[in-house]
Amino acid sequence: MQEHQHFKNYYIESRSFAGRVLLTMLVILGLTALLLYRYYNLQILQHEDFATQSDNNRILVQTISPQRGLIFDTNGTLLADNRPSYSLSLVPENIKSIDETIESLRTLIDVNENHVQDFYKSLNTNRRPYQPIPLRFRLTEKEIARIAVNEYRLDGVEVEAILVRDYPAGPLFAHSVGYVGKINDREWSRFDEDEVKRYQGVHTIGKIGLEKSYESILFGEIGYRNVEVNARMRVLRTLEQQNPIQGKDLQLHIDSHLQQIAVSALGGYRGSVVAIDIETGGVLAIVSTPSYDPNLFVTGISYKNYDALRNSSDIPLFDRALQGRYPPASTIKPMMGLGGLSENVISRSYKIFDPGFYQLEGEERLWRDWKRTGHGIVDVHKAIVQSSDTFFYGLAFRMGIDRIHDFGAQFGLGQKTGIDLPNERRGLWPSRQWKEQTQRLPWFPGDSLNIGIGQGFALATPVQMAAMVATIANRGKHMLPQVVKAIDGELLSPTVINHVEVADRYWDHIFKAMKDVMHASNGTARRAGSKSSYLMAGKTGTAQVVGIKQGEEYDSEALRERNRDHALFVGFAPFDNPKIAVAVIVENGESGSGTAAPIARKIFDAHLLNKNSDKQKSTTKLVSKPTVRTVPVASSPAMSSLKLARRDAQ
Amino acid sequence: MAHNNQQDFIRRMPEASNDLRRRRSFWRVVHIDPLLLFLLLALTAFGLIVLYSASGGDSSLLKRQAVFFTIAYIGMFTVAQIKVDFFSRWSLLFYVGALGLLVAVLFFGVGAKGAQRWLSLGGIRFQPSEMMKLAMPIAIAAYLSNKTLPPRFKHVFWSLILVVVPTVLIIKQPDLGTSILVAISGLIVLFYAGLRWRYIVSAVALLVASIWPMWHYVLHDYQRGRIITLFNPEADKLGAGWNIIQSKTAIGSGGLDGKGWLSGTQSHLDFLPEGHTDFIIAVLAEEFGFVGVFVLLVVYLLVIARGLFIAVKAQDSFRRLLAGSITLTFFVYVFVNIGMVSGLLPVVGVPLPLVSLGGTSLVTLMLGFGLLMGISTEPPKITNNR
Repeated sequence: MQEHQHFKNYYIESRSFAGRVLLTMLVILGLTALLLYRYYNLQILQHEDFATQSDNNRILVQTISPQRGLIFDTNGTLLADNRPSYSLSLVPENIKSIDETIESLRTLIDVNENHVQDFYKSLNTNRRPYQPIPLRFRLTEKEIARIAVNEYRLDGVEVEAILVRDYPAGPLFAHSVGYVGKINDREWSRFDEDEVKRYQGVHTIGKIGLEKSYESILFGEIGYRNVEVNARMRVLRTLEQQNPIQGKDLQLHIDSHLQQIAVSALGGYRGSVVAIDIETGGVLAIVSTPSYDPNLFVTGISYKNYDALRNSSDIPLFDRALQGRYPPASTIKPMMGLGGLSENVISRSYKIFDPGFYQLEGEERLWRDWKRTGHGIVDVHKAIVQSSDTFFYGLAFRMGIDRIHDFGAQFGLGQKTGIDLPNERRGLWPSRQWKEQTQRLPWFPGDSLNIGIGQGFALATPVQMAAMVATIANRGKHMLPQVVKAIDGELLSPTVINHVEVADRYWDHIFKAMKDVMHASNGTARRAGSKSSYLMAGKTGTAQVVGIKQGEEYDSEALRERNRDHALFVGFAPFDNPKIAVAVIVENGESGSGTAAPIARKIFDAHLLNKNSDKQKSTTKLVSKPTVRTVPVASSPAMSSLKLARRDAQ
Repeated sequence: MAHNNQQDFIRRMPEASNDLRRRRSFWRVVHIDPLLLFLLLALTAFGLIVLYSASGGDSSLLKRQAVFFTIAYIGMFTVAQIKVDFFSRWSLLFYVGALGLLVAVLFFGVGAKGAQRWLSLGGIRFQPSEMMKLAMPIAIAAYLSNKTLPPRFKHVFWSLILVVVPTVLIIKQPDLGTSILVAISGLIVLFYAGLRWRYIVSAVALLVASIWPMWHYVLHDYQRGRIITLFNPEADKLGAGWNIIQSKTAIGSGGLDGKGWLSGTQSHLDFLPEGHTDFIIAVLAEEFGFVGVFVLLVVYLLVIARGLFIAVKAQDSFRRLLAGSITLTFFVYVFVNIGMVSGLLPVVGVPLPLVSLGGTSLVTLMLGFGLLMGISTEPPKITNNR
């Protein structure tokens, strides 16, 4: 049996083989069917998905950024420009080791930790393969040359020219024109789908000032280009293109020359000047000092510079014109006087005796006048000219808070003026309800007395004060303050907010009082109004500084300086045909008549007298260097590094 | 013995007399199987057309492939002329020779990416592992055809030794893909020899049991990576998964009738890697669509059917086993390649037979078809061969 197995049985072998072949043939057919099903699945059932994916692979939608609109002042001086700037980007896919490449770049150009951090941040956000990521902006010519020489050993390093915003006037318009800056995470997260697309290839967005409020107009409309690319993102051809619509240019009411005059007149004080064209509401100058160089922010400010700006006790980043809330003090008196006359609380001949204080019936407290001896017999005219507090205590008491509130609100107090700049603050023009809601206390007659002289709860921004005095100068026609005069040459129409209805005789009466502030022998601002070829009108103010801010208590010299009163002035000129209204606030300037009024005078003169020579001057390039007061704060480290930052920018 | 011989003689006699009476046709004189040749030429032509597109219209690449084809066809014709007995007689020599070259590769081999796969002789580079693809089935077929079939345990054991030794040498190169294919070509011979099912079942059981130790101790990181990529290509879109994602995209975007010749964006814009070598089916699928894939598979099936028909019709066990092994191995190539490119199987470096650009593998493949043609066109023997 065992032996028999060793003999070959050809028949059985052949049959067994045929059987196994049959079996394998079945398996082959089965597996082939499996392959066919697989391809059927991919090619027929999932065809749409893969076709889309294939198109996504090869078709790249590139955005074409429009050129940002330029910004000119009223005379055509360029305030915001686009300048070509060279930036250095890396294509990670073409780089073996990013760290090594950055290290070798460091030997050639200035690359600091912030650049590297920003680079890795963009690297880790969603991106297409082979999309370049910027590492450095604003390469100098020397740096470009160094990169070019070493190009052979810098695979994946690209230098490209992009247009970068430039502000030729430096700090002069930092708060008004504002600046563009790199889009931050918070902004990205707030974008809707269209905005995400729009800003993909742009990197910057308007952060403050007109750059922010007119962002969409300055930006224009993005264009698209569908290109076919290969796997290495090399563009092979353009399939479709839609050109961008360039951003529109802005022309401002602002006159750079006047702006410059205002900055110089402030002479290193912290403060603000706002000048408004009475007829149109156009903002002729809007200044907040100290300022800073907006160019620092365009491609990302260094932490060192930013810290210096942020920590400076002068808070240069703070826009005092729109956000500074000051007690309007005596500058409110012409408006109060108008209110008293208009509401028949007083008449033009109504007189009181001013002993130097005011006393409420049944109360012991004395409400003191700034002049201890008092002003004697005082009517509304004299009360304005000499700034009698006692008169306005009485007027406020008799008028009552409700009427004071309603009348003042017509001049825009307590509300945003609606100026075309962002981040404006409302100030505070209190009412009975306001006090009950916020402080849970009833309105006391003493509260009204304080409001009557612009102190107490009352707070106003420089823009509000300018709008108020412009409305007075315009005989109640309350114009919307506007910075932008024209968009792409098309004039914006002036807008009337409301009309304060007051009889002409009362306007005349108050105007005369305001004129006498400047020109009468007993006017508080007579020195500022002297020797002028035209007549002007105004009102000084001196606001008490209450409280000491934290962090300043160790610097005794600064403390003393910061406790001085704020100096204020509002006014308009020329008296006969008012053209320009001005509000001036000088922080710790002590005297409205001595510090603030002369600043206004310089602005009046510059605007009204030197019109022709202005135009010649303003066509030359403006580079301003606002002088920083050296005493007493310049010795603090924050201040000196701020100055350093300014020097860096120039 | 006598009984057995007599039975065989009686069985074969009428058939032999028929063969004697039949006129020897032209094809038998030149030792060419016309149907197989026609199918191979069709595949060659189709392959060149696809390759031209896959190479991005690079005619120098096409010329190189044409040269390879010429060499391969000459090799095929030459092998077909040689008496089949010659191969069984010298099978051991071929095997030992191929084995020697595999050992030589380990010491003198050249290659790239950490693998030594080629030998360079007088400027000609070739892959000894490719030779083993033919030498091994010849050797095992020759060995087993001397024995009674189905093979006894002892013979199975020695056959497995013949399979394992070169397989291990090829794994050492390292070249897992080729080693698996070489092993399969040997194992197929055992299967066709009638290997008992109980052996097959136990072997499969053993294989399944060894998956865990294999994964942890034998496979290289890149091999594990390929398998992981197979099951989840999305995990590493730009790295290991890129090839599979792009090839599936190419295939899927082809749709029913494709984007047209020379119009495949995936391959022409370089999204598809290895488009002219291992991944060429993706180019075909993208440009000729499902229809193209279907036609290609049908032609492959016809080649395989013809090969198996030749095997069944062959005169003795050696020829049957050899023809069966060559044909089935051919199918394995087709299946593994088309399967891996579409993401069904892990990516192992297997070219698409007769279509992918390739030198040595193309020649080996055609030599195998030469053997098939030799077997198919051999004059019948009257006497029993040993």
